[in-house]
Amino acid sequence: MAYQFDFLPVLHNADLLLRGALFTLELTAIGTLLGVSLGIVGAVVRAWQIRPFAAIFGVYVELIRNTPFLVQLFFIFFGLPSLGLQISEWQAAVLAMVINLGAYSTEIIRAGIQAIPRGQLEAAAALAMTRFEAFRHVVLLPALGKVWPALSSQIIIVMLGSAVCSQIATEELSFAANFIQSRNFRAFETYTLTTLIYLVMALLIRQLLNWLGRRYIARNR
Amino acid sequence: MTKRRSALLTALLASLMLSQAPAHANGLDDIIARGTLKVAVPQDFPPFGSVGPDMKPRGLDIDTAKLLAEQLKVKLELTPVNSTNRIPFLTTGKVDLVISSLGKNAEREKVIDFSRAYAPFYLAVFGPPDAPINGLADLKGKTISVTRGAIEDIELTAVAPEGVTIKRFEDNNTTIAAYLAKQVDLIASGNVVMVAIAERNPKRIPALKVKLKDSPVYVGVNKNEPALLEKVNQILATAKADGSLEKNAQLWLKQPLPADL
Repeated sequence: MAYQFDFLPVLHNADLLLRGALFTLELTAIGTLLGVSLGIVGAVVRAWQIRPFAAIFGVYVELIRNTPFLVQLFFIFFGLPSLGLQISEWQAAVLAMVINLGAYSTEIIRAGIQAIPRGQLEAAAALAMTRFEAFRHVVLLPALGKVWPALSSQIIIVMLGSAVCSQIATEELSFAANFIQSRNFRAFETYTLTTLIYLVMALLIRQLLNWLGRRYIARNR
Repeated sequence: MTKRRSALLTALLASLMLSQAPAHANGLDDIIARGTLKVAVPQDFPPFGSVGPDMKPRGLDIDTAKLLAEQLKVKLELTPVNSTNRIPFLTTGKVDLVISSLGKNAEREKVIDFSRAYAPFYLAVFGPPDAPINGLADLKGKTISVTRGAIEDIELTAVAPEGVTIKRFEDNNTTIAAYLAKQVDLIASGNVVMVAIAERNPKRIPALKVKLKDSPVYVGVNKNEPALLEKVNQILATAKADGSLEKNAQLWLKQPLPADL
C-alpha cells in the first residue's frame, strides 16, 4: 500500500473535531434524558394497557421502529416547516433523537416492567406503600435494573446514529469530519480520527451508564 | 516513370494543400458557401443543452446557435458534445463554432478565440426578491445554505463577513430543500441551480443578491478566424441590443440578463 498518511492537516482542525464531539455528547445527553423519560411513560402505558394511550403509543412505537432514522430526521427538518412549524437544525436533531429513543426505550422498559411478578405489587400494597412509592421502588427501579444493559446499548446506538444529523447541517462530530475532509481531502486520516473519537465516546458513555446503573438502579433491586 | 509519377503526386498534394489553405483562412465564407453552420452543443447540461421530450436537442446554447444561423441566413447543423471533447471538435474543424456553456480561461485562450459573452454563469448568494441585501455587509445576521465543499462554499467562506451563519449541506438537493423549507434565509449556489428551483417551486424563485464568482459563457471560435469572430460578435451585440439574449436568459435561466454582461 503506497498511501502516505498525513495527519497534520487534520490535526490543524482538531478544535473543529473537538467542538463537534462535544456537540454530539450534548445532543446525546438531552436526547437520552427526554427520550428515556418518554420511554418510561410509554412503557407504563403499554404494560398496564392504560386506555386510550396504550393504542397511541402502540402506533408510535411501530411507526418509529419501522422507519429509518434519517427519514424521520428529514421529515422533522424539511416537513414540519411546511406545516408552519419552524425549528432549527439542532432542535430537529434533538427532537428526532428523542422520538427515536422514546420508541425503542418504550419497548425495552416495557419488557422490564412486565417481568415484575404481579405479586410484588400486591406485597407493596400489603406493606401500605403509597401508589407512588410502590411504582418507584417496586416497579420502575427493578424494571430499569433488569433492562439496564439493553437500554445502555440503545443509548449508545442513538449517540452513534446522531452522525446522520450532519445531513441537515447540525454541526456535530460527523459534520466536522465531513467539513474538514472537504477542505483538505484527507478523508482517510479524518475518518480514522473520527472513528477513534466515536469509539472513545461510546466506551466512556458505556462506563458512565454502568456506573449510574450500579449506583442508583441495580442497588434497589 | 516512377519519377514522373512521384512528381505528379507531389503536385497533387501541393494543390490539395493550396486548395485547403484558403478554406481555412476564412471560415465565414466557407459557412456561407456551404449553406450550413456546424455548431457543437451540450447534450447533458440543462438548461444550456439537453435532449428534449421530442428527442431533439434543446436549451439556451441551442437557441443561441439558432440565432446565429438565422442571422447568417444558413441552415444549422448541431453536433452534441461533452465538456471534454468540445474544444477538440472545434480545433479539428469538425464544427465551426462551439456553443457549449464554455467559460473563458488562460489555457483555453491559448488554443481558441472567444466571442463576447452570450449568457451569464455565476456563483452567488440568492434570496427572496424583496430581501434588502445589496452587498456582502448586508449578509450579517443571515443564515445561508450551501453545498459543503463546493466552489461556492469555499468562495463564500472566504468572503463572508463576521456574523453570517453558513449552513453546509450534503448535496445540492438538501441545500435547495433547506432554502425552500425556509430553514435558511439565503442560498449560495450557481445561477443554473436556480433554474431547478424555479421548476420545482415557482413561488420562491430566489433572486440574485451577492455575486461570488463570475464566469460567463462565450462562443468558441478557432484561432485566426477574424472575420467569423467579428461576425459572431456583431450578431451577439445586435441580439443583446434587441432583447433576444434577454429573452433566452429569461426562458432558460429564469433570471434577467445581468447589466454587466
